[in-house]
Amino acid sequence: MHWRANLDPKGAKFVRGAGSRLSCVLIQPLLSYVVRRIGDRHPSVFARLGSYKQSAFLIDAVELPFALHLCPDPKALAFRAVPRDRAPHAEARIRGRFMLLLELVDSERDGDAAFFSRDLDVSGDTEAVVRLRNALDDVEGSIAEEAAGVLGAPGRAILARLRRAYKSEAKGGQQA
Amino acid sequence: MSPGELICPAGTPAALRTAVDAGADAVYCGFQNATNARNFPGLNFTPDELASAVAYAHSKAAKVLLALNTYPPAGKVDLWRSAADTGARLGVDAFIVADMGVADYIARTYPDMRLHLSVQAAASSPEAIRYYCENFGVKRVVLPRILTIPEIRAIRKEIPCEIETFIFGNHGLMVEGRCSLTNYLTGQSTNMDGVCSPASDVEFIRHGDGTMSSRLAGFSIDCFGCGEKAGYPTICKGRYTAPHRSDPYYAFEEPVSLNLARLLPELIDAGVHAFKIEGRQRSKSYVRSVVSAFRTAVDDIRAGRPANITDLVALTEGQKQTQGAFASKKWR
Ligand code: SF4
Repeated sequence: MHWRANLDPKGAKFVRGAGSRLSCVLIQPLLSYVVRRIGDRHPSVFARLGSYKQSAFLIDAVELPFALHLCPDPKALAFRAVPRDRAPHAEARIRGRFMLLLELVDSERDGDAAFFSRDLDVSGDTEAVVRLRNALDDVEGSIAEEAAGVLGAPGRAILARLRRAYKSEAKGGQQA
Repeated sequence: MSPGELICPAGTPAALRTAVDAGADAVYCGFQNATNARNFPGLNFTPDELASAVAYAHSKAAKVLLALNTYPPAGKVDLWRSAADTGARLGVDAFIVADMGVADYIARTYPDMRLHLSVQAAASSPEAIRYYCENFGVKRVVLPRILTIPEIRAIRKEIPCEIETFIFGNHGLMVEGRCSLTNYLTGQSTNMDGVCSPASDVEFIRHGDGTMSSRLAGFSIDCFGCGEKAGYPTICKGRYTAPHRSDPYYAFEEPVSLNLARLLPELIDAGVHAFKIEGRQRSKSYVRSVVSAFRTAVDDIRAGRPANITDLVALTEGQKQTQGAFASKKWR
């Protein structure tokens, strides 16, 4: 029997919360580094955001143990992993599966179509979301590949593995 | 045989390059202001971006059509005139216009420039279309989506200009250029400010039971059940209760997209010169998929092969498609 099975619900919640906070701490330096590098390479994104550079976005990939908090102000660019239960204030919230969000960032999937199919949830300031979407859509090439590339060979290997896992899962889902 | 030119949407420079690379004969786009009917936040082109876009399109033998297809409020024409001046200076291939004052300014100032009459002008009779041709030298009319193919064929015989029809994308209420629903709720005009359901007035609310409401300017316009396919938050696609109906219902139109892929041979045969794909607000992914699909289909038809038509339903609003009035006046 797994040791967690012995915990009462309160204890399990505590362990989950602690795990989530630990993941946030571990991943934090990577996220900050990646987002600064991407921001340096694509300054036009900030122009399309306009005054919404000062807004905060909570990006909630449902399978991850934490949410992501983005403040796209070039003067104080921040991308942080935050525990879902203690997420800081955000003007807009975008929620979906991790690979869907990655494919939207890379324009491999269409955001409106993902919204129509209800795979993508948006709430809060809709104009902020629309601006972010349009700003990212004007970036040529793959932001996901760039982000993985910033981390070198291990980053690229993780991304390739994620893509493979997602594709085979999607295939399995279609056959079901 | 009509050339069946593909006229493709671009909301950003990257989308324009995507459309050109996917086989667009022409791309239509607009500036970042009220002079065009997709004046959405974060969308559209600066003059510098348009200059590079024109150079890119021309290097691949594609044309750039600049949408100046909104109506200036009375006495406030400067923004539209200056957009026309900038477009002419940057070498766009045609202007898409709706307002007679804008058309008149361009016809007088740039007599060699091609003018296309926007769908926003809602010109659907030979008399109306001829008026624009005779007075402003319009070379092409984009027909409102209210006509059957036999009607289009008949109009073609009576007008001195090319015909463009929509073949894919958003299927709004059939009063193009006349709709004031958004204006009624938000105070902003689709036809003058260039944006229907401005994002700043839209709110999506996810409820605990998995349902989702969409609101415009504080008014609920729909509530989607768990897993129920959604549509755009426009009033024309809202679901309402009314005294004569017990259940909420789509009073104007259902969330659905136009898809005329299977009618392409008939449209070409009816003399339609160019096919327009709607969706400047959509992503590069949409542009790539839809333009490539229609490029293959048009090329097949023109080569006498059966058209290979890719399934595009995943990209449609509400994941439903219709041939609208093109197939029958009783499409609902
Ligand atoms: S409410 Fe519908 S028909 Fe009216 S402008 Fe908006 S999308 Fe078009």
